[in-house]
Amino acid sequence: MDILQLLIGGIANGCIYGLVALGFVLIYKATEAVNFAQGDMMMIGAFITLTMVNEEWWGLPFGIGVILAIVIMAGLSYLLEVVVIRKLFGQPQFAVVILTIALGFVLRFFAGVIWGHDPQSLETPFAGKAFDIGGLILGYDEAVVIIATAVLTISLYFFFQRTRLGVAMQAASQNQLAAYYMGIPVKWISSMIWAVAGVTATVAGILFAAKGAIDPASGLLGIKAFAAAVIGGFGSLPGALAGGLIIGIVEPMAQYFAPPGYSQIMPYAIMLIVLVVRPNGLFAQIQQKKV
Amino acid sequence: MRIHFKTDYLQDIRLFEDRREMIQYILLILAALSAPFWLDEYLLGEITYVLIYVLAGIGLMVLAGHTGQPSLGHAAFLACGAYMQVILLEAGVPFLISLPLAGLFSGVVGAIVAIPALKMSGIYLAIATLAFGIMVEDVIILLEHWTGGVEGVLTPAITIGGFEIDRWTTPDYFYWLCLIVVILVTVAYKNLLRSPTGRAFTAIRDSEVSARAMGVNVARYKMIAFGVSCFFTGLAGALLAHFLQAFNYEAFLILISIQLLLMVTVGGLGSIHGAYYGAIVIGLLPVVITILREEVSELMGLGNFTIPGLETGIFALILVIFIIVEPLGIYGRWTKIRIWLELFPMARKDMFRRQKSYLKTERMK
Amino acid sequence: MSFLSLKNVTASYGATQALFGVDLSLEEGEFLALMGRNGMGKSTTIKIICRMMKHQDGEVNFAGRDMRGLPSHKAARLGVGLVPEGRRCFPNLTVEENLTAAARTGEWTLDRIFDFLPRLRERREQSAATLSGGEQQMLAIGRALMTNPKLLLLDEATEGLAPNIRTEIWAMIGQLKATGLSIIAVDKSLKELRGVADNCVILERGATAWTGSAGDLDDATASRLLGV
Repeated sequence: MDILQLLIGGIANGCIYGLVALGFVLIYKATEAVNFAQGDMMMIGAFITLTMVNEEWWGLPFGIGVILAIVIMAGLSYLLEVVVIRKLFGQPQFAVVILTIALGFVLRFFAGVIWGHDPQSLETPFAGKAFDIGGLILGYDEAVVIIATAVLTISLYFFFQRTRLGVAMQAASQNQLAAYYMGIPVKWISSMIWAVAGVTATVAGILFAAKGAIDPASGLLGIKAFAAAVIGGFGSLPGALAGGLIIGIVEPMAQYFAPPGYSQIMPYAIMLIVLVVRPNGLFAQIQQKKV
Repeated sequence: MRIHFKTDYLQDIRLFEDRREMIQYILLILAALSAPFWLDEYLLGEITYVLIYVLAGIGLMVLAGHTGQPSLGHAAFLACGAYMQVILLEAGVPFLISLPLAGLFSGVVGAIVAIPALKMSGIYLAIATLAFGIMVEDVIILLEHWTGGVEGVLTPAITIGGFEIDRWTTPDYFYWLCLIVVILVTVAYKNLLRSPTGRAFTAIRDSEVSARAMGVNVARYKMIAFGVSCFFTGLAGALLAHFLQAFNYEAFLILISIQLLLMVTVGGLGSIHGAYYGAIVIGLLPVVITILREEVSELMGLGNFTIPGLETGIFALILVIFIIVEPLGIYGRWTKIRIWLELFPMARKDMFRRQKSYLKTERMK
Repeated sequence: MSFLSLKNVTASYGATQALFGVDLSLEEGEFLALMGRNGMGKSTTIKIICRMMKHQDGEVNFAGRDMRGLPSHKAARLGVGLVPEGRRCFPNLTVEENLTAAARTGEWTLDRIFDFLPRLRERREQSAATLSGGEQQMLAIGRALMTNPKLLLLDEATEGLAPNIRTEIWAMIGQLKATGLSIIAVDKSLKELRGVADNCVILERGATAWTGSAGDLDDATASRLLGV
């Protein structure tokens, strides 16, 4: 029974990792860039929501606060792309990596200045309530996390696979010049995808802050989510979620079974093993590098 | 503008371009050597710290700047060097032997790490090294027997031929020690770049496929690059151990690795100067901020205020601006300014214009 | 006013001027061959027409509109379809996804493309990277047609292909001309172009050196300007 309970907690955590990983994959799929600031965007999204909703700040109704926060974060991410990221168009991937790492530091700094460094929790209508299924406790918050993640992943998956805009986004990342030639508005697409990634980051942040507490350093969770994205193959949306779940489940299990000290290493160890054995992830899209 | 009339291929790979350059560097070294006579102890300590960072930066520059293999986990090799140094000194190995051994240990670890990393490139390598860098913190704690775990270790003092060198009691000697190591490593690095090995590194950076076609054994040279890079970084780690005197895993957090990479980027990837400029910026930024803060609080009567994380925040902001405005870093900007001055008033606006480039996928099915 | 007209167009890459005065005009339904030796500005002219590059002086008019300052996706929306040099398919997308990625509604639908290029129907679910060179070229043409262009630009459409496939592709281009589509083709093979083109424009050192109907191009001029 204990193990089942751990599993539920792990799945809920894994969903959050998966959501952040989804943001990585989205941006990678559409622009071939890796956004190392995704975790920090999650943190900012959570803080904005918290400002809207919590009693000590503005105390707006939960639903309105969440929607407002999502809209604001979409706008901020869009702007971030236009003002900063777009300047690096066509430059080596690595430049974007360093840029986003630095952006992460900047975001963390501003969050620290604005919201302070103490962990804060998001007040939600579903806090403290739980389903009791034959002795298993499934918190409302956990249920919400799982459902929200599933819905987001599935809809994004269909968006990329089925809609013309989704296909155009993939085309833009594969050959920017040809995409320009074909009349795909490459720049607009890049901004849009950042906005979408900002939205998934906010949702992840809300869920994270509802389950636990958020502080400016929480953005470092992005590194774990990163491991999830890698395990999933970095180009695959379901893969990102699967990677998130693997890491989410392994963590509490390792804490339970492995000697102390080893459990923190587990997510990264799995990622390294995956990278060594299958350098392109379990759900590989990439098998070979061109000249 | 200086024009070099070259009559010999060897002129292309001379250590110094001409006599003027040689004299400039000799003057610079003399100035650096005399620093303890005209600097106060606080600044001398800061500069010693910068020197250690220069060393670590040079290590990373070999890998990221010249071989094109970004590493986001280089603090791990700093740790290798630092802990090995302490272990060796405690075992009674004299400093002059333990220092290169500590570097060597780190280099060997680096070369071993490189084996799985050979299959990866670009972003995947960055991720793998990131994972490695994160795991090191926990591994240090797990290897309590050698590393002292969370408590950390104390670094024994340095004695060379009866001379005791200590950061606090004899800061001058410690500074000179670091300076000599840095000079030696810089010369070694410069020589490496002039050698076929160094050329192979650059070839791999610019195009792995072309390098292979030219007969470069890519796997082997990548391993060598990792080894050399980690050797230099290990030396920096060993000196850092003496600088810190007491340290634990917190000296090698993943943020330090990232900071190292940001540092060489700000300095200018792909140049030895870049490692120096980057280290100077990162080393002296806190000093400048502290001075400015005192000025500001005095002016506005704010008292003693602090903003946690200010240094990192400002540094990251500087980096963002650099990547957008001058991807070649301080060194690149300086080169442009110099050429502009040398050509004045003949410089043309488009001289440094970059060709517009378009992204193409690296993914292949 | 012609359907497409370039008047005394100049352009440069940074400090290097590439076009020194290109004149060109095209009527609706016309097939124009744009020729010239290497480095004479053919590709630059194509880039100007599809707005991948800005021109400095001169006028570019398309379908009664001044093209100055138009971004490339707007030009494509106006009806400029390009088959780029080197094909540039989207390698990891399937054939179908390649075709739909940039599609706009019009007469050319997926079905019509597949009828026109039956080979692509067979390869529908395959990723573009696995196609042969000739098939990729067909895909590039199909992809441009899916944008339902009024003007089709073919930049070196048969470069590096086997002779029998070249013939096949030129036959297809002939069929496209028969549908009344305006076409500008850049190619080095005079022999094949002469067969389909109505008019020729030959560039030399970034400027129009010869304009006239394909039939009027005598061998002396051809060998002087094209070196064949």
